[in-house]
Amino acid sequence: MMKRIHFDTIVEAVKNMCIEANYYLPEDIYDALKEGEKREVSAVGKDILKDICLNADIAKQENMPICQDTGTAVVFVKLGQEVYIEGGLLEEAINEGVRLGYKEGYLRKSIVENPLYRKNTGDNTPAIVHYEIVAGDHLELLVAPKGGGSENMSKVYMLTPSQGIDGVKKAVFEAVTLAGPNACLPVVIGIGIGGNFEKCTLLAKKALTRAIGSYHADERMAKLEQELLEEVNNMGIGPQGLGGSVTALAVHIENYPCHIASMPLAINMGCHVNRHAWMRL
Amino acid sequence: MDKIISVPIKKEEAQSLRAGEKLLLSGIIYTARDAAHKRMIEEYEEGIALPLDIENAAIYYAGPAPAKPGHVIGSCGPTTSGRMDSYAPVLMQWGQTMMIGKGLRNTAVIEAMKTYGAVYVTAIGGAGALLSKCVAEMSCIAYEDLGAEAIYKLVVKDFPVIVTIDSLGNNLYDIGQKEYRKGSI
Repeated sequence: MMKRIHFDTIVEAVKNMCIEANYYLPEDIYDALKEGEKREVSAVGKDILKDICLNADIAKQENMPICQDTGTAVVFVKLGQEVYIEGGLLEEAINEGVRLGYKEGYLRKSIVENPLYRKNTGDNTPAIVHYEIVAGDHLELLVAPKGGGSENMSKVYMLTPSQGIDGVKKAVFEAVTLAGPNACLPVVIGIGIGGNFEKCTLLAKKALTRAIGSYHADERMAKLEQELLEEVNNMGIGPQGLGGSVTALAVHIENYPCHIASMPLAINMGCHVNRHAWMRL
Repeated sequence: MDKIISVPIKKEEAQSLRAGEKLLLSGIIYTARDAAHKRMIEEYEEGIALPLDIENAAIYYAGPAPAKPGHVIGSCGPTTSGRMDSYAPVLMQWGQTMMIGKGLRNTAVIEAMKTYGAVYVTAIGGAGALLSKCVAEMSCIAYEDLGAEAIYKLVVKDFPVIVTIDSLGNNLYDIGQKEYRKGSI
């Protein structure tokens, strides 16, 4: 027996999540920023972290976007294969939800239709949607609006196997140095290792949606996450790149099998407004 | 102690500011991002007057979120300044004295700042809700078709910024990061 989910239900869910994600900073990020404020050694950096927390408080109280860059609407879909969507196409429902959410939530419309000719689409569509077909009769939606500043500072490295863990670390340090003041630090660093050229970028993006404080299931990878976090925070870059000890709030790695010749690495920078909202229908 | 500064700001005063100083800006600033910079300069070269008084102007690299009913402005933090690097030097040559944004600038911009006596200050990237509280009035003065990328005239009160690169070329990004770097990375 298929479970039926109506087009309109999806529209409503996506609309609400676009607004919610942009107004209310997830608790794990907020707590990490608060904790960072205590730990920051630079006086300028401490003040910045305090203002960043205050900013999230204001956005929550006044129901307004935390950041004016309300992002590209990135939507991760897990569609149970026993679900039947009625009343229209899933992707159209997602885009309609984005359209309504960005309009009714007074969110900024930041999407241009042709990257070279740059005419704004006016409603922040199209969303960027990633589908996964899974077992069961549920539809899970995760809306993760992604700002342009930190996205621009993200990198792909086509490493080779001999470069190993040291090669990965070197690349991460290089990416963080380049991201420095531009990426709205402190960041969450999403890392994808393995797969292939396109797979590693998706892994990196997915890594940004993991809760701060969670660990990689593989102990060796969890250890690498911790080492990278510590080493990145020793670089001195600090909040907004103005110097200090809180450069990153977390480093999250997702990995996937890859070709014997390859070791693709993607680093997706997530600014301190690392937003997402999740719903299961 | 934060320094109280009126904007627009004269060259001599801009030149007296030093990297690391915290300022509260009050007065008039203009928003402009890549698209507005590109159009201003192209139109000027075609003989069309600039849409703003560039003499002593403070330009804020920002594209605000729409204002909710009853609000002056939506969230309005800075965008990445580096994208304006190819346009900034000529605007300083024409009289701009302050750039407000976030992030790195290239050598050409820093050289132009030294030549024309301009200052680069940064606001906190991602603190758009907080910064919106410092905007008392907002009006679109040009390029309305660009939406968030249009030029808006903002009347600000105690708008908080940090002097990040001064007109001598002192750069707080370099100074600050060097101070807190540990080890060899």
